Amino acid sequence: MTAGRIGAVAVSVFRESVRDRVFYNLLLFAVVLVGASVLVGQMTAGQDIKIIKDLGLAATSLFGLFVAVFIGVGLVWKELERRSVYSLLAKPLRRTELVLGKYLGLALTLAVNVAVMAAVLYLVLAWMWWTSPENLRAAWEAPALDPALLVAFLLIYFQLLLVTAVALFFSTFSSPMLSAALTFGLYVIGHFNADLKHFESIVESKPIVWMLRGLYYLLPNLAPFDVAGEVVHGQAVAGGYVLMTIGYASVYIAFLLAAGAHIFARRDFK
Amino acid sequence: MTRSRASGSLAFGAALVALVACFVSLEVWRDRVYGEPKPGDAVLYVRSGAAVRRMSLSFAPFVSDIYWVRAVQYYGATKLSNSPAKSYDLLYPLLDITTSVDPRFNIAYRFGAIFLAEGYPGGAGRPDLAVKLLQKGFRANPGKWQYLQDTGFVYYWWLGDYKKAAYWFDRAAAVEGAPWWLKSLAAVTLAQGGDRRSSRALWESLRETADNAWLRNNAAFRLQQLDALDAIDQLTAAVKTYEARTGARPASWAALVRARLLRGVPLDPTGTPFTLDPATGAVGLAPESRLNPLPTGQQAGPPAFPPAPAR
Repeated sequence: MTAGRIGAVAVSVFRESVRDRVFYNLLLFAVVLVGASVLVGQMTAGQDIKIIKDLGLAATSLFGLFVAVFIGVGLVWKELERRSVYSLLAKPLRRTELVLGKYLGLALTLAVNVAVMAAVLYLVLAWMWWTSPENLRAAWEAPALDPALLVAFLLIYFQLLLVTAVALFFSTFSSPMLSAALTFGLYVIGHFNADLKHFESIVESKPIVWMLRGLYYLLPNLAPFDVAGEVVHGQAVAGGYVLMTIGYASVYIAFLLAAGAHIFARRDFK
Repeated sequence: MTRSRASGSLAFGAALVALVACFVSLEVWRDRVYGEPKPGDAVLYVRSGAAVRRMSLSFAPFVSDIYWVRAVQYYGATKLSNSPAKSYDLLYPLLDITTSVDPRFNIAYRFGAIFLAEGYPGGAGRPDLAVKLLQKGFRANPGKWQYLQDTGFVYYWWLGDYKKAAYWFDRAAAVEGAPWWLKSLAAVTLAQGGDRRSSRALWESLRETADNAWLRNNAAFRLQQLDALDAIDQLTAAVKTYEARTGARPASWAALVRARLLRGVPLDPTGTPFTLDPATGAVGLAPESRLNPLPTGQQAGPPAFPPAPAR
């Protein structure tokens, strides 16, 4: 397995994203954010900065989710559908390298997407800061150009990387439609994990309680990646918490990629 | 070939524009003939804050913003409505959902309490719900002494319960980081509840400490109302002096000006002339004054505001 071959696949996925006009969503993001920044001041009783931050973070997460799922589930499937997988695998390229390259290519696409969205949000916030009088600025819970917003963006990015890994994992053995449905399903369940851990208050059976607790640890837990509520209200997010959450995502992604690559390596394409 | 393709595209574009013009014209025509469709009544399909929070997934802060915007718009639209049967029924549920989805939404508690406590028809006239919202806010944010201070205000201003108001100011003072003057505010409220001077002290304290322009403006508005009450007392005294001198009630402000009891037509703090009822001698706010309705139960203190003469 060489980094050069994985990198070549990753770059081709990124170029394909550009060709497929994936980055058009950035234009929509910018239009929504600028339009909202003009409108919200009239409708929100002075909460425009908070709302623009919330909107920016929510839109980054939502647009990223669609990119991660809809492109993620098609990464491997497209090669099979076009039958280009045969010519690819005829080259000195292992199936594992193909899966990893595909993943890293989409990770690069998402990185550019999230970085540009963060930049656009900061630009809009800078404009709002510049046009707001001093007494209004003093009433803001957190500064308009709060660097802590980057922590929220960072965790959104890692959440998207984890969702991408889930989508890619499913796409190694099922159809895009089913993969998308399963990924969205896990995304929703990933926000309700805490309930699985505390089922003893509802269910008496110990085995069921232990099984559900096992699911809590096994299924991806996505709720800890949401720190927008803290950041927007100017509350600090501990560095240790961020590192542990990123660590959790990294290990989970490694597991999914290893499992996905293993399944893909054993698939029979005849 | 290229030219014919270009002219074809141009014709197609023109056809599209013509079609848009057609359906817009038809809609304008229909609205003129049959009247414009009325917007539907405000509806809240899900009333459980916990349910909305769960359905929000990663987007809870943004979903709470949507409910906040709805609450502000609902309050504003209802306040401006001229309907005699207007109701603020959805205001508390909207604020409850907003603060359940984002329990740290500071302004939703503080503004929301003002919207709820304000007397009907200018507000919901539900100080009980304002207290409930503020209590919920304090449970979620135990360091926010401002919610306890606001609870005291609701008891003081809207419920006229000075004992309870003093209790809440006292509790606010006990929270770490609360300003020292809350303790003395509690004592003053207990000793002089209902006195216009203590009301003035309360609103001035809020105006000086509020971290939000809207809250400061609201405090400034209440202070203007107190100024107007002081001015009405002074003008009533002038009317009585006129009666004592002449044995008759003044027919208008001009009579008092001629008698050198006033320098001009007196204006309330918003610049609207006060009214004088020639039959009873009663002085009041003009119906169009923004200060209506004035609070009741505020006993006069020493004069603090001479009525402004007309320019």
